[in-house]
Amino acid sequence: MLPAFVSAAAQAEGNPNPVIPAIPDLIWGTISFVIILVFFIWKALPAINKLLDERRDAIDGGLKRAEQAQNEAHAALEKYTAQLAEARSEAGHIREQARTEGAAIIAELKEQASSEAARITANAQVQIESERAAALASLRSDVGTLALDLASTVVGDALSDDKRSTAIVDKFLADLDADEKSKAGK
Amino acid sequence: MLISTVLSVKADGSGFTGPSIDDFFPPVLLFPGTPFEINRLMAIRILVVVLLVLFFWLATRNLKLRPSRAQVGFEYLVGFVRNGIVYEPLGERLGKRYEAFIMTLFFLILGMNLTGVIPGLQLSGTSAIGLPAVLAIITWGVFIHAGFREKGWKYLKDTLFPPGVPWFLYILLTPLEFLSTFIVRPVTLALRLTMNMIGGHMLLVLCFTATQFFFFTVLADGNLIGLLGVGTFAFGLIFMVLEIFIEVLQAYVFAILASIYIQLSVVDEH
Repeated sequence: MLPAFVSAAAQAEGNPNPVIPAIPDLIWGTISFVIILVFFIWKALPAINKLLDERRDAIDGGLKRAEQAQNEAHAALEKYTAQLAEARSEAGHIREQARTEGAAIIAELKEQASSEAARITANAQVQIESERAAALASLRSDVGTLALDLASTVVGDALSDDKRSTAIVDKFLADLDADEKSKAGK
Repeated sequence: MLISTVLSVKADGSGFTGPSIDDFFPPVLLFPGTPFEINRLMAIRILVVVLLVLFFWLATRNLKLRPSRAQVGFEYLVGFVRNGIVYEPLGERLGKRYEAFIMTLFFLILGMNLTGVIPGLQLSGTSAIGLPAVLAIITWGVFIHAGFREKGWKYLKDTLFPPGVPWFLYILLTPLEFLSTFIVRPVTLALRLTMNMIGGHMLLVLCFTATQFFFFTVLADGNLIGLLGVGTFAFGLIFMVLEIFIEVLQAYVFAILASIYIQLSVVDEH
């Protein structure tokens, strides 16, 4: 194998040097580079960068939208919480008010009842008083007539007899009693 | 001993022809005698340029916000070069400025390299030094221009007289810095790429011509030594996989070195 390789290497002598570029080699190399560079600057990279920018914008937009939604949700939650607290305090307020109002009503009713009771008592007293007065008046007139009756009876009869006077008085009293009883019986 | 006698006999006679440097200087096909001579290698370059333009035109023609499966792959490829080779060393601001240049370097070299293993072509567009030399010279111009653009004449001062060194060391350091920055960088860029492609091609051709020779010359003569062709063929396949890897790697190396050279030119040393 070795001799073949050596002979091949020997043949290579006098051939072009691989380290010294030939003119067409340089020219086509430059053309290749320029075409690819121009194409990259003009077409490929702008397309790629545009895509990457668009994608970043889309992601940023999505993030922004999500943030906005979250903020809105936060605001709504805060609003609801505030409303709930407000409603609670209002309910407490109403309850307190009702309690004081109830207490006031009860006190008023008590007042009314006691004044009613006082009125009734007073009425009753007035009635009793008037009845008593009426009774007194009628008693007084009755007593007058009775006294007259008694006196006439006593005078008309013998006043000297103690036994008779006693009987008269007893009779009078019995009459009075009977009168009373008949009145009560009526 | 036996093998060498077989080979030497055959090499003289019915012909084992190994790879030679002539492979990279094929006969002229078109425009002979003009500076635009086209041989097989130049034709391969033109084909690669056409295919690259076609590929990128088709790939970027209808990009969607919500990518298809193929677009995801394409974006991955471009994103790898964009982020890994351009933006990482250079940063956002400079990356934008040199993005087109470095991506052109990468994809052009990658396309040219890969023709080395494509059946029917099997010759890298970068295996003649012209294209790598042009790319290296352009890279050289770009990183010097980048330095002057960012720092003005301070660029030369920072490069040739690195700060923080005792003055008498500049006698030694300044010529070395000049050599390494302005001479060695472009030369190594061009040679590294070309020689990798030439070496890879030689190795593959050696393996496959040897296989051809063992099977159709030695074995056909009834000599069982020809069965060695199985081994050379297997080696050829292994080296082919290796060669694909090297072709991608060399494109990456060239592009990332261009990126790093630009970065070294603009970096503010104190």
